[in-house]
Amino acid sequence: MTRTQLRWGIAAVTVLIALVPVMAGNFTVSLMNDIGIGALVALGLVLLTGVGGATSFGQAAFVGIAAYSTAWLTTAQGQSPWVGLFFALALTGLSAWLIGMLTLRLGGHFLPLSTIAWGLSIAMLFGNVDALGRHTGLSNIPPLRIGGWSLVDPRAMYCLIWLIVGLATLFSHNLLASRPGRAIRSLRGGATLLASVGADAYRVRLTLFITAALLAGLSGWLYAHLNRFVSPAPFDVRASIEYLLMAVAGGLGQLAGGLLGSALVLVLKNALQDVLPMLTQRAGQLEAIAFASLFILLLHFARGGLMGFLRRVSNGRLQVRQESAADSGAPVEPLPHRTLPERGKCILSVKGAVKRFGGLVAVNDVSFDVNAGEVIGLIGPNGAGKSTMFNLLTCTLSMTGGHVRFLDRDITGMPQREVARLGLARTFQHVKLRPQMSLLDNVALGAYARTGAGVLKAGLRLDRDEERQVLHEARRQLARIGLAGREHELAGSLPLGTQRILEIARALAADPVLLVLDEPAAGLRRQEKMALGELLRKLRDEGVTILIVEHDMDFVMKLVDRLVVMNFGSKLVEGAPATVRTDERVQAAYLGSVA
Amino acid sequence: MTWDVALILGIDGLGNGSVYLLAGLGLVLIFSVTRVVFVPFGDVAAFAALTLAAFETGRVPPTIGLVLTLAALATVTEVVHLVRRGDVAKVPKAIGLWGLVPAVPCGLAWLAAMPDVPALLQILATILLVVPIAPLLARVVFQPIADASVLVLLIVSLALHFLLSGLGLLFFGPEGSRTKALASGVLTLGDGFTVSAQVILMVGSAIVLSGLFFLVFERTVAGKALRATAVNRIGARLVGIRPARTAMLAYGSASLLAGLIGILIAPVTTMYYDSGFIIGLKAFVAAIIGGLVSYPMTAIGALAVGLVESFASFWSGALKDVIVFSLLIPVLMLRSYLSTHSEEEEDEVDQ
Repeated sequence: MTRTQLRWGIAAVTVLIALVPVMAGNFTVSLMNDIGIGALVALGLVLLTGVGGATSFGQAAFVGIAAYSTAWLTTAQGQSPWVGLFFALALTGLSAWLIGMLTLRLGGHFLPLSTIAWGLSIAMLFGNVDALGRHTGLSNIPPLRIGGWSLVDPRAMYCLIWLIVGLATLFSHNLLASRPGRAIRSLRGGATLLASVGADAYRVRLTLFITAALLAGLSGWLYAHLNRFVSPAPFDVRASIEYLLMAVAGGLGQLAGGLLGSALVLVLKNALQDVLPMLTQRAGQLEAIAFASLFILLLHFARGGLMGFLRRVSNGRLQVRQESAADSGAPVEPLPHRTLPERGKCILSVKGAVKRFGGLVAVNDVSFDVNAGEVIGLIGPNGAGKSTMFNLLTCTLSMTGGHVRFLDRDITGMPQREVARLGLARTFQHVKLRPQMSLLDNVALGAYARTGAGVLKAGLRLDRDEERQVLHEARRQLARIGLAGREHELAGSLPLGTQRILEIARALAADPVLLVLDEPAAGLRRQEKMALGELLRKLRDEGVTILIVEHDMDFVMKLVDRLVVMNFGSKLVEGAPATVRTDERVQAAYLGSVA
Repeated sequence: MTWDVALILGIDGLGNGSVYLLAGLGLVLIFSVTRVVFVPFGDVAAFAALTLAAFETGRVPPTIGLVLTLAALATVTEVVHLVRRGDVAKVPKAIGLWGLVPAVPCGLAWLAAMPDVPALLQILATILLVVPIAPLLARVVFQPIADASVLVLLIVSLALHFLLSGLGLLFFGPEGSRTKALASGVLTLGDGFTVSAQVILMVGSAIVLSGLFFLVFERTVAGKALRATAVNRIGARLVGIRPARTAMLAYGSASLLAGLIGILIAPVTTMYYDSGFIIGLKAFVAAIIGGLVSYPMTAIGALAVGLVESFASFWSGALKDVIVFSLLIPVLMLRSYLSTHSEEEEDEVDQ
């Protein structure tokens, strides 16, 4: 499928949705209203859970906060629903911010578990606060009015709901294809990956969490003014799980999954309500059973949801083909560059670095300098403490003793992302790329710290100038490493050697002062090693300062100006490759002593 | 609050805490062996309570139908699995194991529902009847997706809870029941403080069962196999432990614990078909205090949850559950702060 075909498809769906209030009966319109309201929440969950990897079992609580705030403001305080909208969104955003601050640092499965806790608590609060009508809820919520036009008719509400759904989908789509979107899509790759490009995973996750909560808040506001009555039941954990079910059923991987999932779940629920009473007297009880069983079956047989199923059935025909159009042609002003320190100036200096893990001294009093324009190798046999040293100087690990200075600043104890922002770019021994992202996006992620567009700007497409600059820069770096023309391939489909090179391009996109490579040749085949060596020599000639931590002697010898050899955590020798090669201590460390 | 009230609340909390302790042990056992957060645990306990109530009113417990339905489903799952693998020879054995063995307690329960059966035998029949529930559910629902991520398993587990509470409503109806006290009488502790025998029984069972648990884990091969699987699934497999079999053992033991909880709690609380969820969740708070792996910490956590709940209900009966669940957030934060978990990459989303 080409982009034009996709556009036609989307246009056709939009027209169909727009025709519903004219063509369809009351029942369909009110069902579609519910689907739209559910779709907003599911859309947030696709972003949060599907893309960002943080599962929430409490999304209905946010719907509830918004619905109750606007209900309270418009009934008890007699304010206009439009004031209610701002109040609802502000309160939802604030709650999400507070809850997020408390829980989003939780690791592993503790985060989803905590969402059950606050999801339950908030829903229980609704039923126990006098001002919110306890279990009876709040009724007589005024309908929305636009000027003199009252949206009391479900058909009128239909237009508003689906307009908002459309805009929210567009916003989310824009968001994903932007600077914050690339960070969000990288959340599943781990905090270290994001820190290495100067992004704070916790903050990215917090913004994402608030965005998803605000989508739920919008849905809650619409819910309150559509039904004009709120009570605690639709906002409890059961409802949250239903929203999650929508997202899973539709397919967590794509935004369209949120819309499809909401439709699938609600249509199915309605069908069950219609069919079951014909079969049995106890339809009400069987409904929950049938619903839960279907959900479990779905997770057993189609974990990718409806979108995943369509994808498999269509055999790739639904996949949107990206035309590999180079630049749009229009000249792009390049991103600003750092002024690099003059050749020969000391840029990184490690002084007396010590790292202890309990009783084990992994790095013991190691000192060395790196000068601008140099290529330095840090080598040593297995277990010499090279990787620990690497983690110390990139501030991935904290030091037990000693200091690291980078560009005349003491960076000891600085967070890794700050160091990355200063101009120290790294690669990973175990490649950390985003397999489902294109090469272009992977490299563009590297330029995160050089740009500044936030979620709002990205969602509203106000970041396009900057985005063009970023993509131009990413293309330039891809060309530099010899992958020009393959921008739209997925990183996961590349062989290991190419993935390593791609990581270097990502690091280069950060416009670094110093490039630090962690065992770049590990696990590579001979040809791949040669290609990598070729690239590094080219970069060296271009004046990039490189520090390579490497195990493979042969590979480094031909490449570097100077070597630092470590053994058992201490520095053994430092010097030019030729002298190091003939040093007896080095030979003893690598081959065992002769005597 | 006076000291008298505090003491009464404290004892009450200890009683509740011991129930959460047993449930917490079950949850940790299942999670550590299978990575499943077994949300329906509480439902099994509620089913046990309702089964005993049915015996006491002289009815044949509807649980029999439930267990037989599950056994049929599990048999079908197993047979389909075997036939697909081409292991047709094993089909008769599978039918015996998954279809006939669970039918045995059903038969016993049917006999126990006759008039004039002593209460003790009915209790025994109740416990035996609920023991197959968790393993059967696991065979049908969790075993086919045993390799899925913790998160998928958690979502399935939550859905399973809703399925079970739906089945509970179908089989047991919406009425609540309370069973006869297991132990009557009070113990007077000087100065007019009394402790009811029921609370003593609850605390006592918790102590005895945790002791038993400890012995099984430390002294028996089966217990060691469970521990080995919990520590490292692949490693356990390499030394000849079958993860699926240990998982069934874990589910069976947990089901047994759930049965005991149901028996212990039914005389003091009116149980409905969906009462189990809240019990399970509170045990779950306790299990998380233990990081879902540590039994001693879970025990301490369970007692803490019991006490907090009991004191919270004194201040605000309506908000006691809110207080208990909100407690989870500081606990999680503390755990997250204490654990120096290494960088973990999440699973990619299923496309």
